[in-house]
Amino acid sequence: MPIITPIGRVVLSFLAAAGRLTLFALNGLQHCFRPPFFPRLIGHQMMEIGYYSLPVVGLTAIFTGMVLALQSYTGFSRFNAESAIATVVVLSVTRELGPVLAGLMVAGRIGAAMAAEIGTMRVTEQIDALTTLSTNPFKYLIAPRLIAGVLMLPCLVVVADIIGVFGGYLISVYKLGFNPSTYIKNTWDFLTVMDVVSGLVKAAVFGFLVALMGCYHGYHSQGGAQGVGQATTNAVVSASILILAFNYMITSMFFGS
Amino acid sequence: MSVPKIRIRGLHKAFGPKKVLTGLDLDVGARESVVIIGGSGTGKSVLLKCILGLLEPDAGSIQIDGEEVVGMSVGERERVNRKVGMLFQGAALFDSLTVWENTAFGLIQARGLAHQEAKTIALSKLSQVGLGPEVGELSPAELSGGMRKRVGLARAIATEPEIVFFDEPTTGLDPIMGDVINDLIVKCIRELGASGLSITHDMASARKIADRIAMLYEGKIIWAGPVPEIDRSNNPYIDQFIHGRAEGPIKMQVRA
Repeated sequence: MPIITPIGRVVLSFLAAAGRLTLFALNGLQHCFRPPFFPRLIGHQMMEIGYYSLPVVGLTAIFTGMVLALQSYTGFSRFNAESAIATVVVLSVTRELGPVLAGLMVAGRIGAAMAAEIGTMRVTEQIDALTTLSTNPFKYLIAPRLIAGVLMLPCLVVVADIIGVFGGYLISVYKLGFNPSTYIKNTWDFLTVMDVVSGLVKAAVFGFLVALMGCYHGYHSQGGAQGVGQATTNAVVSASILILAFNYMITSMFFGS
Repeated sequence: MSVPKIRIRGLHKAFGPKKVLTGLDLDVGARESVVIIGGSGTGKSVLLKCILGLLEPDAGSIQIDGEEVVGMSVGERERVNRKVGMLFQGAALFDSLTVWENTAFGLIQARGLAHQEAKTIALSKLSQVGLGPEVGELSPAELSGGMRKRVGLARAIATEPEIVFFDEPTTGLDPIMGDVINDLIVKCIRELGASGLSITHDMASARKIADRIAMLYEGKIIWAGPVPEIDRSNNPYIDQFIHGRAEGPIKMQVRA
């Protein structure tokens, strides 16, 4: 069976990797809820993920909001539906683009940094040193990052939502000549709590995924500088793909029926 | 004889088809310093990692203070690891922390000491290895190789462990700094009254820090004895190793 053997091998190695990742995630989660906690480390990671990602997430959001307004105007003006622009901008940003783009930017910024830092600690035996000093690396390295990821990404997305909607407002009012108060009224009229909440739930999941991928690939990196480089790439690529896949699943969970 | 600090019986460890340890037996007594010598790639580091619980052996038994550690839970292992200190080959200092924080790490995390108290102890340990308090505020990246090793040693002994492990303590240092580290190791183990287990391929270092030398070859201890006896072992493997000859019964795998 020359065809079945390689297929079986691929399936088995995929299942093994999925199992390893699941065990890693469960082990990490378990240490998020069990003392001792490391508030200083959690705070440090929250600064890294939340505060220092603000500029890049803000810029992404404002340009996305601007381009959304511009493009939907091109389409809607053909059948006199310009008033729908505000609705399109606010729903797209809060439901989809805010969390997804913030997640992807944070995956590039933070997932890569986590994989590189933990990977270097692995190859220079610093993780082994933690164990010999009676400190569980999951508690000291992984749990603070997971906690910070889950808490900070929703905060970033709140900011991204506001800035994204503001970007749409800027273009609509100053370039397309809309009445500011009508635009704001249109924005509020069709926005429901669920739109924002679904985006924040997504953000928390994405934050977990980014931190998990960064930690997982860093923790299992091997083979010196090249291995750390590989881990960094894997962390960003896998986090990005997982973000897009989970985005679809969460959307269909909230709005599918 | 009392219960040995470390007692290893029939230890096996393989990575895929490559058998690294094949039934290794070793005892380390209380207050005894044992040095394991052997060529590169003979499994010295694997042995150390098995004892420390960083690798899970395939078969065999490892007892620390008469307590079986193979198959121990993570929490139990943390308790046992409080009795040990380890000096890593590259020192493995945490680069995100300062030198004194590195030294005090075990005191703060494992012993739960307050920062100020831990810092006082850390600085006294640093002075024990010949580093002044001003070094304590530096970051590990600012240190030379010899200084990093000293900080690693200070960190290993900071919690006053009963057993200290040394992974190639002199590798990568010049001969004089190597000897300084050897002296420090001897001094620190004596002062602590601890047992020591080192792995090295540096014979000068082995002779200096060991009470007893054991040679690892093809996954087993092929010879073990007190330091003076190593020169009259009449063991062709030992003779080849301690005189560093390319010709002899040990065939180095030049190609992997």
